[in-house]
Order: sequence, then C-alpha cells, then structure tokens
Amino acid sequence: MNCIIIDDEATARAIIGQLCSNVPSLTVLEEFPNAIQAIKYLNQNEVDLIFLDIHMPDFTGFDFIETIKNPPKIVLTTSDANFAIQAFEYDCIVDYLVKPITPERFQKAIQKAETSPVAASSSSASEHVETTSGNDLYVNIDRRLIKIDIPSIYLVEAKGDYILIKTEDKNYTVHSTLKKIEEKLPDSLFLKIHRSYIINVQKIIDIEDNSVLIKKDVIPVSRSNRPELMKRLNLL
Amino acid sequence: MEQPNLSYIESMSGGDQAFEQKLIDIIQQEFPEEKEIYFNNIAANNFKAAAENVHKLKHKISILGLVKSYETAVTYEHHLIEGSKEGQDDFEAILQNMTDFLETL
Repeated sequence: MNCIIIDDEATARAIIGQLCSNVPSLTVLEEFPNAIQAIKYLNQNEVDLIFLDIHMPDFTGFDFIETIKNPPKIVLTTSDANFAIQAFEYDCIVDYLVKPITPERFQKAIQKAETSPVAASSSSASEHVETTSGNDLYVNIDRRLIKIDIPSIYLVEAKGDYILIKTEDKNYTVHSTLKKIEEKLPDSLFLKIHRSYIINVQKIIDIEDNSVLIKKDVIPVSRSNRPELMKRLNLL
Repeated sequence: MEQPNLSYIESMSGGDQAFEQKLIDIIQQEFPEEKEIYFNNIAANNFKAAAENVHKLKHKISILGLVKSYETAVTYEHHLIEGSKEGQDDFEAILQNMTDFLETL
C-alpha cells in the first residue's frame, strides 16, 4: 500500500514514518505538516492509505475528510481518545490510533487497513444539558444555567467533546455535541453546513465556492450540505 | 516528581540508534518552539490557543514516559478550554522537568 502522513507535529511524522518503515508492504510517498498541502497533493496523486492527525490548527483532520472527494482508507492519529466516536461516523476511517503509538498497535491498524472492511458507522450523543424556552437557550457552564438569546447566535462549532457557541457579543464553550444543540435550534434560522458547523442563515454575509462568510468567520461548506444551503437562499 | 525517560523511544525504535537520535533531535528542536508559543498564549490570556498548545505538548509528555504528568496536562487542557488557569503551575513544572531532561541528552 502507498500512504501519506499528515500531522503538524514533526515528532509525530517521524514516529509514524519509522513505524511504516518496519512494514514491508507499506510505502510512504509523502509527509505533510498540514492538510491543505495534502489536498493539493491528492488532487494529482492517488494513495491507498492516509495517516491523519485530527487536531491540527485552522484545518482539522475532520475538515480534511469532508473536503476531499472519494477519500481513501484513513487511520486517524490523535492525542485525544475522546474523538473516537466521532471518527467512526466516517466510512473511510479504518482505525484510530492514540498517541504515543506503539509498534504493536500500529501493526494492528495496518492489518485492519489491509484486510478489514471499512468501519461501520456509529453515532452517539453526549449527555449534556441544554433547555430551550421560546427564543432562549440555556447552557450549563460551571454548574450555572446561562441564558443565550437564540437569534443572536450566528455560529456553532464542534470542538471535540465541546461546542463553541458564537453570539453577537460573546462566545460560550459548552460540553455538548453539535447534534444535541442542532435539535434545540429552530430550523427556520439554523442550518448545518458542515460536519463541524451550524450557522444562522440570516447572518450570512456572502458565499464563495465551498465556504460561507459569517461575521468574520470563513466556514467550509461540505458537498453534502451545499444543496440544502442553496435551497435556503433567496436567490435572484 | 516522576522522571522523564526514553523507554518509549527505545521500544519503538527496534534498536535503531540512528532513529533514536533523530527523534531526540526533532524533539529538542520542536519542544522549545511549542513551549514558547504556549507561554506567549498563556501570558496573553489566550486560553483557547493555550489549550491547543497543551494538547500538542501532551504527545511529547507521553513520549518521554511521563504518565502522571500526562494526566495533569489533560486536566489542565480542560480547565483552559473552560477559561480557567487552574493547574498552570503544575503543568509548567512538567515543562521544566522535560526541559531539564532534554538538556542532558
């Protein structure tokens, strides 16, 4: 199998590269310190397997998966085991390695990549508390229920076990999931445009190709969510 | 305080001493850079960015065999995400411990 390694940490790239060198059937074609460079490479090259770090600045591993067409098999690498459930929502992900990666665990991942069918999808919601009342959303932060005016929310971003709720005047980090808050927000105002983002459609400033400008945030739009977004616009 | 060690590096190198040295060199170069970025962010009260830095540093903590320190870093990262600096002193003592160790290699 041909593979590439995507990780912003040089130490991690070196370790994965060394582990790969011990597997005769595996050839490392390239290493990339960020996902953007890897996307450019994949536009012109085919690979069988990607070792992908989840936690990278600006463009995460999940952003990367949402962006590329027909992703190959992917082994996720991360320092945080808490992303595991989210990881297996993607059929292309065959395994999930928690750093520091041991040779034994790495070998198992390679066997899975070589022989196993792709992982079954799964989903789960976190247990967190949000209650709504009319135009208000109550979020539990440090054992306090804090009221947020729903129309003032312009963006909700998934952050692992947390969500970041951005409003006109303040941001809130809440231990919850995007799925959970999506159920609490009115469909008339809010739309999930990406695996990691829900936006308030009324706050859109402009749309360009596969991204939306909302306030000062440029948010990627995944291919699967773009048709629904376009439907929601009052196009001339 | 627990002491850093090279057990993990030796276990995954398969006796390849050239690789062990290469990895140590990379860590010695990358760790001070990551540490500096963390200290800049924490001084600016940029908790979110500091949490990201701690997250990244956790890998090197575990590579150097610091099991308890890793748990301390996990807790500190969560505090930073929630906007608190609780655990800062303990975490920075870990960084110093690692710095001292890396200087001996």
